[in-house]
Amino acid sequence: MVKDLIQIRWHGRGGQGAKTAALLLADVVFSTGKYVQGFPEYGPERMGAPITAYNRISDKKIRVHSNIYEPDYVVVVDETLFDAVDVTKGLCNEGALIVNTARNKEEIKKYLNGYKGQVHTIDARRISMESLGKYFPNSPMLAAIVKVSGVMSDETFLSEMQQSLEHKFAGKPEVVEGNMKALRLTLQEVS
Amino acid sequence: MSIRERLSGNEAVATAMRQINPDVMSAFPITPSTEIPHIFSSFVANGQVDTEFIPVESEHSAMSAAIGAEAAGARSLTATSSCGLALMWEVLYVAASNRLAIALALVNRTLSGPININCDHSDSMGARDSGWIQIYSENNQEVYDNFVQAYRIAEHPSVRLPIMICQDGFITSAAVENIELLEDREVKEFVGEYCPDSYLLNSKQPLAVGPYAVSAYCMEAKRAQLEALKNAKQVTLDVAKEFAALSGREYGLFEEYRLADADYAMVIIGSAAGTAKDAVDQLRAEGKKVGLLKIRLFRPFPGEEIAAALQNARVIACMDRTESFNAQCGPLGAEVKSALFNARLMPVVINYVYGLGGRDVTVESITSVYADLIKIDQTNDAGEIYRYLSLRE
Repeated sequence: MVKDLIQIRWHGRGGQGAKTAALLLADVVFSTGKYVQGFPEYGPERMGAPITAYNRISDKKIRVHSNIYEPDYVVVVDETLFDAVDVTKGLCNEGALIVNTARNKEEIKKYLNGYKGQVHTIDARRISMESLGKYFPNSPMLAAIVKVSGVMSDETFLSEMQQSLEHKFAGKPEVVEGNMKALRLTLQEVS
Repeated sequence: MSIRERLSGNEAVATAMRQINPDVMSAFPITPSTEIPHIFSSFVANGQVDTEFIPVESEHSAMSAAIGAEAAGARSLTATSSCGLALMWEVLYVAASNRLAIALALVNRTLSGPININCDHSDSMGARDSGWIQIYSENNQEVYDNFVQAYRIAEHPSVRLPIMICQDGFITSAAVENIELLEDREVKEFVGEYCPDSYLLNSKQPLAVGPYAVSAYCMEAKRAQLEALKNAKQVTLDVAKEFAALSGREYGLFEEYRLADADYAMVIIGSAAGTAKDAVDQLRAEGKKVGLLKIRLFRPFPGEEIAAALQNARVIACMDRTESFNAQCGPLGAEVKSALFNARLMPVVINYVYGLGGRDVTVESITSVYADLIKIDQTNDAGEIYRYLSLRE
């Protein structure tokens, strides 16, 4: 999708890192020279409560400071939110929904309120367990939104993430390698 | 040379503080400003600054420690939000009346209750008459730029007053956005060394700070303090001019956006101004003559200049992000109407209360305000002049 402004909404639960993923996306897209926004929407802060985070990406300076009601993409970090949150609300039909699930697209269709756009799934739990030995859905979901939205090429994304992770986890090479593996697997598997 | 970065508003302020390398920071954490002392204390721990960091047990103590340090001759600062500022209340006045050029990074958050952590301006607006200079920021870039300019205004010999640099809690404080930073050396040179004329630790010139003033002197002290605050207006402009030469970014007492020929004007403060600029552009594309005035300097209030900037507007919306419970107007509405009255201007002014406790401000909600103004002009009927925007009824 080629647009002046790409808007993304993240749904997760407190503690899963949806906010962090939105900030990481802002970070990595920033490296391509674009204007970015990454911000959380805070309610009562508690582990497990539904939380929302947002991104705007543009070639032009971004002035608006409201939440996003008509996103181009929605990323669902935790599929148990289907019962609590209308995740496709306002979602543009030309955009896409990305869901962290082991189920296939047909199985989750009933939760999507008749959404007519593309639906992509990724099993972030399996990928994270395989790569890191722990469940951190952020990295797979970040790679999935990059792949689906095409905001940057796989190669640029991977090299920027390598640098960024090496900077953040200077003393923990296994964390860098595990996350890089999760990103690579997701880029191949997101469907 | 400017450095292209991406930072949240809190990170931007902490970066400005690192580049300034003040003598003393005292702080007590409160959402959403906690990150500022959090990040800054890591700069202290890593030896990137040689600031004395004083963790204290309350905001009253944070401001009191800053007052003590500043009176001793040290460049001091702190950061807070909401109830933290409220707890500083007593000593805010002490800082101002003792002419101590402390800088306060205020991250605007509503005052309780109901208890809520999100943005409105009830904290800083409540402190508007404490004698502090107040500057408001639209985004991370502005809060950084304003903080870099803060001490130059506050410490100026004709001013010597504390300064509050405000930004919207979460909306800009937690949002990561693009920003252009100055080099450390450029900031250090711009801000300069702090060399106060008189200070407590100068043994050659004994000094009393904060003594009792009997009735024969108290009023004169207040009048002298007012003069200093008035001087801050010209100093703010002078410093902005120097800052523009350094950074290429221009600031004034306020920003006019497509205002010169506007029939319908909005006066607004903070992050919602950016959203409103998008609304103005959309309406201008439809041929509507709308414009915007964004407050930067709120204390001292540049009333004459604002009245002059609004003189062609037929209907004006004053946007208050606080409820001041006087059942008549908000603090911005009161100031703007007073300035217009003094200039013998009598446009229709509608005062809106909006965005309380983080209620979202959208391009659509701002557009609805302009639609109200146009309708008022066409029907010649102002209707209710004190309104709530985006209220669920």
